[in-house]
Amino acid sequence: MKASSDKPPKLATRLLSRFLRSDLAEEVRGDLEEKFYADLKYKSALKAKLNYWYQVLNYLRPFAIRKSKASHINNYDMFQSYFKVGWRNLLRNKGYSVINIGGLAIGITVTILIGLWVYDELMFDRSHESYDRLAQVMQHQTFNNVKGTERSIPRPLEFALRTTYSNDFKYLSMASWTGENLLSVGETSISKSGNYFQVDFPEMISLEMIKGTRQGLKDPTSILLSESTAKALFGFEEPMNQPIRIGNRLDVKVTGVYKDLPNASSFSGLDFMASWELYANSQEWIKTSTENWGNNSFQLYALLAPNADMKSVSEKIKMIKYNSSEDERRQKPEIFLHPMTDWHLRSAWKEGEQVGGRIQTVWLFGIIGVFVLILACINFMNMSTARSEKRAKEVGIRMTIGSVKAQLINQFLSESFLVVVLAFVVAMGLMILCLPLFNDLADKTIAVQWSNPFFWVISFSFIVFTSLFAGSYPAFYLSSFHPVTVLKGAFKAGRFASLPRKVLVVIQFTVSLTLIIGTIIVYLQIQFTKSRPTGYSREGLIMMYMKSTEFYDKLEVLRTELMKSGAVEEVSASSGPVTAIWSNNGGFNWSGKDPALQAEFATVRVTPEFGRTVNWQIKEGRDLSREFSTDSTAIILNEAAVKFMGIKNPIGMEIVWDNTKLHVVGVIKNMVMESPYAPVKQTIYTVDYANMNWINIKLNPNKSTSESIATIESVFKRNISSAPFEYTFVDEEFGDKFEAEERVGKLASVFAVLAILISCLGLFGLASFVAEQRTKEIGIRKVLGASVVQLWRMLSKDFVVLVVISCTLAIPLSLYYMQIWLSNYEYRTTITWHVFVLSGIGALFITLLTVSYQAVKAALMNPVNSLKSE
Amino acid sequence: MIETKLGEFEEVILLLVGILGEGAYAFKIAEEFKNQTGRTVSIGATHSTLDRLETKGFLKSAMGDSTAERGGRRKRIFTITALGKRVLKESRDFKVSLWQQYPALSSNLQIG
Repeated sequence: MKASSDKPPKLATRLLSRFLRSDLAEEVRGDLEEKFYADLKYKSALKAKLNYWYQVLNYLRPFAIRKSKASHINNYDMFQSYFKVGWRNLLRNKGYSVINIGGLAIGITVTILIGLWVYDELMFDRSHESYDRLAQVMQHQTFNNVKGTERSIPRPLEFALRTTYSNDFKYLSMASWTGENLLSVGETSISKSGNYFQVDFPEMISLEMIKGTRQGLKDPTSILLSESTAKALFGFEEPMNQPIRIGNRLDVKVTGVYKDLPNASSFSGLDFMASWELYANSQEWIKTSTENWGNNSFQLYALLAPNADMKSVSEKIKMIKYNSSEDERRQKPEIFLHPMTDWHLRSAWKEGEQVGGRIQTVWLFGIIGVFVLILACINFMNMSTARSEKRAKEVGIRMTIGSVKAQLINQFLSESFLVVVLAFVVAMGLMILCLPLFNDLADKTIAVQWSNPFFWVISFSFIVFTSLFAGSYPAFYLSSFHPVTVLKGAFKAGRFASLPRKVLVVIQFTVSLTLIIGTIIVYLQIQFTKSRPTGYSREGLIMMYMKSTEFYDKLEVLRTELMKSGAVEEVSASSGPVTAIWSNNGGFNWSGKDPALQAEFATVRVTPEFGRTVNWQIKEGRDLSREFSTDSTAIILNEAAVKFMGIKNPIGMEIVWDNTKLHVVGVIKNMVMESPYAPVKQTIYTVDYANMNWINIKLNPNKSTSESIATIESVFKRNISSAPFEYTFVDEEFGDKFEAEERVGKLASVFAVLAILISCLGLFGLASFVAEQRTKEIGIRKVLGASVVQLWRMLSKDFVVLVVISCTLAIPLSLYYMQIWLSNYEYRTTITWHVFVLSGIGALFITLLTVSYQAVKAALMNPVNSLKSE
Repeated sequence: MIETKLGEFEEVILLLVGILGEGAYAFKIAEEFKNQTGRTVSIGATHSTLDRLETKGFLKSAMGDSTAERGGRRKRIFTITALGKRVLKESRDFKVSLWQQYPALSSNLQIG
């Protein structure tokens, strides 16, 4: 027998001594040891040991187990007491409680709203089953050393992908561009937005069919309608197999009805889908584009084969256009796949590289949300620590009657838990109230995910985290007090006790100020761009899209009749709308052209009256006119075009476009037709009378708009009975270009205001606390002759210093970030010092206002009242 | 109905304490229980019952002397109290009275 084996197992003994009542220790250990040695005499050591273990475990009985210091039931009572004390504290200090809970509730509401918004953004397009395998085939092309990225691709690409890379794709579908089209059933016509796809497209986007199948586009003369469109066209009648005419020229038959696509889908608002084959055969220029790699006028969607990888396929097809067409090599075309996972959030390109997009806004708001919550938590921490001196005596007494540190920490954490839960309940109410407003502001249809377990898990962890985060500092700070000093009355927080508080206030104001400055700069940028000279007049200018071919023949009649009616000043037609460039073309040549220059221009075909309708500003030469018979080949250039071509005397110059000789008759000031943030592209305006898409009408400024519109409508109805009279005001359309920025600006300003509100709430609480704490000091100062102004200055000074520090931090911070933001825009405002000075003064003013109320109140107090006690 | 307040196991343990006299401590009682009944019982279970009997007032205990095989630790010696003795007797009497009312067996019964 070895020495170690004839002793009872140490671990078992240690276990026994851990749980055994100490007054039983001697006898029990004696008994067990005696038993062990008795066993050893006629049993193996192992058996004896096992038996020892058995005996030890058999002492795990209620009578023998040591009572823990605080048993379970006892704890429960204590927590009940904590909550009761916490509740009473809240009721006793109603002002503090309102500030605390209110501030926190606002913070939580903002954070939850932002959280829901971010969730909605991240869930975009996920309703499509093949979300992660769907892609759009796109291309990068380089013009004059600028690498651009576009969704439009040439038709032969489809055939090449289908034949050469058939293993990599499960489905491919060509598409045109989604746009408004007239759908007519018998006499009724409505305009709906739709597109033309190939047969597999409904399968690719896992379209939810109500009637018919996803194979509904097999027959070229078929159409799939969304539920709402079917209802609008047929009411309660059976839509299936009914004939429909698209744009007054294509006859189709309904072969399916699908559920309206959700808002959170890239294809949302697609009211109908018709067959690509029908579209491709409907117009001559599309028929002839099958072999033309240079006609980038279409879209192509692809669904990857199950074993294919997005990146490697994208890499594989990169050079397909470059290798297929010699003519196109100059543009260095690179074909690639843009996965659906990136469509919504990452669609910005610069020099052929993905540079984010909407994801930046998501990040921005996410960060703002977290910051607002932190601001609210800081309030809570500051108030609790500030009030700790008041509660120091309570803590002292609790300590002397036996509270240990852990219990005090528990107490303060449960109080903070109580406040957070209350704030959360208030926040839920606020959120339900604010959600419609928020949806309106953010242009969303967000609903609270009540049934989503994820939402509750997040909410719960949110409560726990916030109570721990907000309650941690007071809990650990208060529990570290020394009871003797506290009770002796000598407790005075040291010189640096308020330092963390001050740091937190500085953080609060730095964040709020940065948000405010950022918002102001966003607004300035929008205003700056809005006031950019656009080179034409949008006042009283309306435009109409010609949704049916009927318009083409009636254009002249319409014009004469409208002019005669006196309701309009001028009428013209154009190939594209005033607020967009619809076509870009190459193939231009002129004498003295730099051979290295890729002559690519935006081209707009217009009737000669176009200039007078939009009131463009002639800089050189003359406007187009019907008077000159030679004007059928006349063109107008914009300033950007003159600069682009590098010519001195443009008037009278001859320009050759694909073998047609054109001559320049005038130069106009740049007309902002596309993005108001980007420079104006070189543009050529040519004269044409046929194949126009838009009618532009300048209303008579001397007549009321509603009257004129009514007159115009009657003229249209008389001439073109089938098409509904639908028009848009150009200034509205132009205003839409600012929508995204204005939305961001509005949301950001709401958050910034809330941030500063929360910070001020905190400051208000702190100021009132400081004033209260210094009541006696103020009383004595008054007795000794201090004036109200002096006292006010004394009390406000501390806070003003903090805000000034915040300003010096916030200004460089916001300057840095806003310069990055502004660099996204080519036409941008410059940040001037006014913004900073004004925000700084504003912040100081608000601070003084907040603090002064308390300071003046304290300074006006009668010293007799504040000194008579004690 | 007489209230015995004594379970079967408790009664046996109480009797064993009486039998062992001066040597009645948890380990020895558990050993004796095994010898007498052939059933094993853990020291903990025995101790627990002893503790309960003491609370009921049937037993009293005092720390006794120590021995080497116990690592020099003392043992707790249990002794029956007057109440304990009376309860044991009552329990026996009660059972005897029951036996006597059972005619098929009572004739063969020898009561010492």
